[in-house]
Amino acid sequence: MNDYAFTFCGAAVAARPDGSLWWPVPRILCVSDLHLGKSERIARRGGTLLPPYETQDTLWRLDQAISETNPATVICLGDSFDDLGAAMALSEDTRSTIFRLQAGRRWIWIEGNHDPGPVDLGGSHLDELTIDQVTFRHIALPDGRGEISGHYHPKAAVPGTSPRKCFLKDDNRLIMPAFGAYTGGLSVNDAALADLMMPSALAILTGRRSIALPAAATTFRRQKRRH
Amino acid sequence: MTALPARFADWFASKGWSIHPHQQAMLDRADEPALLLIAPTGGGKTLSGFLPSLVELADGRHEGLHTLYVSPLKALAADIKRNLGTPVSEMGLPIRVEDRTGDTSYTQKRRQRADPPHILLTTPESLALLTSYEDAPRIFKGVQRIIVDEIHALAESKRGDQLMLALSRIQSMAPDLRRVGLSATVEDPEAIARSLARHPDPCPILRADPGPEPDISMLVTEEKPPWSGGGAAYSIPAVLDLVKQHQTTLIFHNTRAQAEIYFHNLWLANDDGLPIGIHHGSLDRSQREKVEAAMVAGDLRAIVCTGSLDLGIDWGDVDLVIQIGAPKNVKRLIQRIGRANHRYNAPSKAVLVPANRFEVVECVAALQAARENDLDGDPKGPGPRDVLCQHILLMACSGPFDATDLYHEIKTVGAYSDLSRAAFDDCLEFCATGGYALRAYDQWKRLKEVNGLWQLRDPRSAARIRMNMGTIFDYETLKVKWKRGSKMLGEIEEGFAATLTPGDTFLIGGQIVRYEGLNQLTVEVSRNKGREPRVATFNGTKFATSTQLSQRILRMFQQDSWPELPDHTAEWLHMQRDFSKLPEPGRILVETFPQDGRENMAVYGFAGINAHRTLGLILTQRMEAAGLHPLGFVVTDYALLIWGLDEVTDPAPLFDPQNMYDGLETWLQGNAVMKRTFRVAATIAGLIERNTRQGRKSGRQATFSSDILYDTLVKYDPDHLMLRITREEAMRGLVDFGRVEDMLERTAGQVDHMRLGRVTPLAAPLFLEPGRIPVWGEGRERLMQDRAAELMAEAGLSDL
Repeated sequence: MNDYAFTFCGAAVAARPDGSLWWPVPRILCVSDLHLGKSERIARRGGTLLPPYETQDTLWRLDQAISETNPATVICLGDSFDDLGAAMALSEDTRSTIFRLQAGRRWIWIEGNHDPGPVDLGGSHLDELTIDQVTFRHIALPDGRGEISGHYHPKAAVPGTSPRKCFLKDDNRLIMPAFGAYTGGLSVNDAALADLMMPSALAILTGRRSIALPAAATTFRRQKRRH
Repeated sequence: MTALPARFADWFASKGWSIHPHQQAMLDRADEPALLLIAPTGGGKTLSGFLPSLVELADGRHEGLHTLYVSPLKALAADIKRNLGTPVSEMGLPIRVEDRTGDTSYTQKRRQRADPPHILLTTPESLALLTSYEDAPRIFKGVQRIIVDEIHALAESKRGDQLMLALSRIQSMAPDLRRVGLSATVEDPEAIARSLARHPDPCPILRADPGPEPDISMLVTEEKPPWSGGGAAYSIPAVLDLVKQHQTTLIFHNTRAQAEIYFHNLWLANDDGLPIGIHHGSLDRSQREKVEAAMVAGDLRAIVCTGSLDLGIDWGDVDLVIQIGAPKNVKRLIQRIGRANHRYNAPSKAVLVPANRFEVVECVAALQAARENDLDGDPKGPGPRDVLCQHILLMACSGPFDATDLYHEIKTVGAYSDLSRAAFDDCLEFCATGGYALRAYDQWKRLKEVNGLWQLRDPRSAARIRMNMGTIFDYETLKVKWKRGSKMLGEIEEGFAATLTPGDTFLIGGQIVRYEGLNQLTVEVSRNKGREPRVATFNGTKFATSTQLSQRILRMFQQDSWPELPDHTAEWLHMQRDFSKLPEPGRILVETFPQDGRENMAVYGFAGINAHRTLGLILTQRMEAAGLHPLGFVVTDYALLIWGLDEVTDPAPLFDPQNMYDGLETWLQGNAVMKRTFRVAATIAGLIERNTRQGRKSGRQATFSSDILYDTLVKYDPDHLMLRITREEAMRGLVDFGRVEDMLERTAGQVDHMRLGRVTPLAAPLFLEPGRIPVWGEGRERLMQDRAAELMAEAGLSDL
């Protein structure tokens, strides 16, 4: 009941408040931009030392979403790892958590710009995946139709309140919020997103419950790009 | 009685002076291992401290360091150097006097270590650093005396603890060290004496003649003070008149932002062009020095200032102190009043200016307390462990040490005399590994034990540790400079800078400037005349009104009438009594009423602004759980106002102490106040570095990693030493839960609930208070959903 249910290119789906997308009939759960191993990568490249717990936090929330929906298929829509090095450097604990989540279901890693190439974790590794009229890929194509993508980490705000991660959708596209813990965001009003979407696009905010409003009516303009 | 040597007696005579009784007493008791002198400003206090040193050094036989002088201000050290120069040169004494502060050059510092002067003037930070060098035992061998000036100011902060820890170190290297403290009037001299002496040595207290009673009054003007705010703009004409009638006036403010605005308004009304300056801690050093120099030269008729002038240099001709805004604390008021008239034996003159209607009551209460010499102050807790961690790291920089020896040395510091071995080992473990959750990281593994002695794992880390020492915590500020040219104007808080867009205007150093942009970590501005400025939010500390003063106000409320108050204020209290009721000392008054389409609850806790903020957070959390949909609250020193979607019909259970504790525990963790407190403690303890070799970290970057570290530790190592320290500190400091507890204890949960149809006279000013704090809960979620639904409807999408 906290979900926002809608029909997208013939698929009856629901935007969950945690930022995952649930498609009940084929029992698909989709999450995007997990950025596992981000702190490890930043530390490796000589940046600020972040504690490594964000990976556990992201997986813990994914675990929640999976136990609430019990999906047959999980689609991780790219940038699941902060880079391939981060994927290799995951701790034994993290790896076993991922194996446990994968048990008994189909698991698909879609390639992202941060993590091209296969990783040595279970699951299939794909460029993109089409089911019915819907295509899952990491970065939206200019002429995409029936496309579910991630990459941009969209954020939006109800006027007068602070910004939240959000889904962004119009008749042709659905752009997913980042599921990862320390990810920044890009305003849905930013030209990079606004140019992709139709003027009638909706933003669906995550939080306690999903809240939909016209993307054009949202505020929150200043934000650094990070995706 | 120790007779003054002939050379000194002649010098005094040549000046036409006679020795003050307390100066003689200091000389007589020069052999005491510890001695505290309480004297008003202008009483020749500093000379009384140095006289025994000068006498002992007069024969020229002492080799090396003899006397250390420590003051809280660098400027004071430089000033003392000048002042000591006079007797030393006029009597031809063979004494070398030098200062050593953050401003001293590198070569000078090196030379001082190789060849220390007889008298070294320094600050707690520079002294602690000096003890961290390998050659510290050689430097400090033979030190005879240490003089701690303005010890009352140091004792209130962690700088005092740091200093006393450094003293324990020096005492081990120089067993003959005698300690002297110089203090202004304080409420509990014994506590300061205990902190000064080597535990458990006694510390006798000498009291100088306090001089004549000060002449204090409250400014009453034709125009009534406004209902809220702290600007006191209404008082400008009257204050200008006062400035004209006096030689030199200090105009004190409680915050830097208020000082800036007042200064600006003062200049707009200054038709006679009186020379008036401004001085506060956010101004660039060169700006401040210019004002100080002009003041010394007698070129200024008034200075608008903040706590930055609470201490320090003798201004000489100040004959009036004006306090804008309620003084919040009687002890500080008296110390400020002491800034007027440094001529001994002339009464100080001071005028209090209430900034709003409630402050009229507070000022009158403060006047009564000052006349009765009823000083306030809270007892200090045990020595902070973050400072101890820093001390351990500095100790390791000076060389390998034995843990047990260090433990016993630390226990000679008054504030740490009750430190348990387990608590000490905790700190040592933290310094060695960073604590359980962080032991995977090399950067926090700093000490190792070799053959029973602790030492740095990597000797090169000493430089980093030294670079990051200190207990004064600067909030992240950005320097402000002219876009054209290189002149620095001062600093603003990074949080404020982040809200600026090019073209915005704000006040700094009394000038309106236009924000042009950010270059590296510097805010660039241009001149801007005439436009209405936004206000810079400086980080001037928010002092809470003291418990004693709050209680005095509550007692005043119980009078039948208030002849001591101006009519407009007495009238206001009568209206409140008729319409609702006045708060009582032993009960909590709660008023509920609708206003502006919201349900409101005013709680008169009289527990100070920090405790009220905590109370607000806990109460709104409990209201959220009860489904009352609170939306936000605002706090003052005397009350708290919460508004929400639903009426609170039965407030009493909200104040049940047990519920309060439960609420506190849940609330504490995710709290910004806790994060801020954590950042300070973790920086002092060396977990977070503010300086790296690459230069200072930008504030946001530091905040980011400190906040994430905090979240991480809360989740994975909730018993980490830094979290325990944070909790304890927050309870005393910004969270001030102690005063929430006091309030509950004082009132035994007796709540007087008044349900009213509209806002009450006492609650009305709360609606005008700035600094509203939103509550992010179901209430706001509901408003957000409603707003989103409206927008969907406007776009014709409601049916989707």
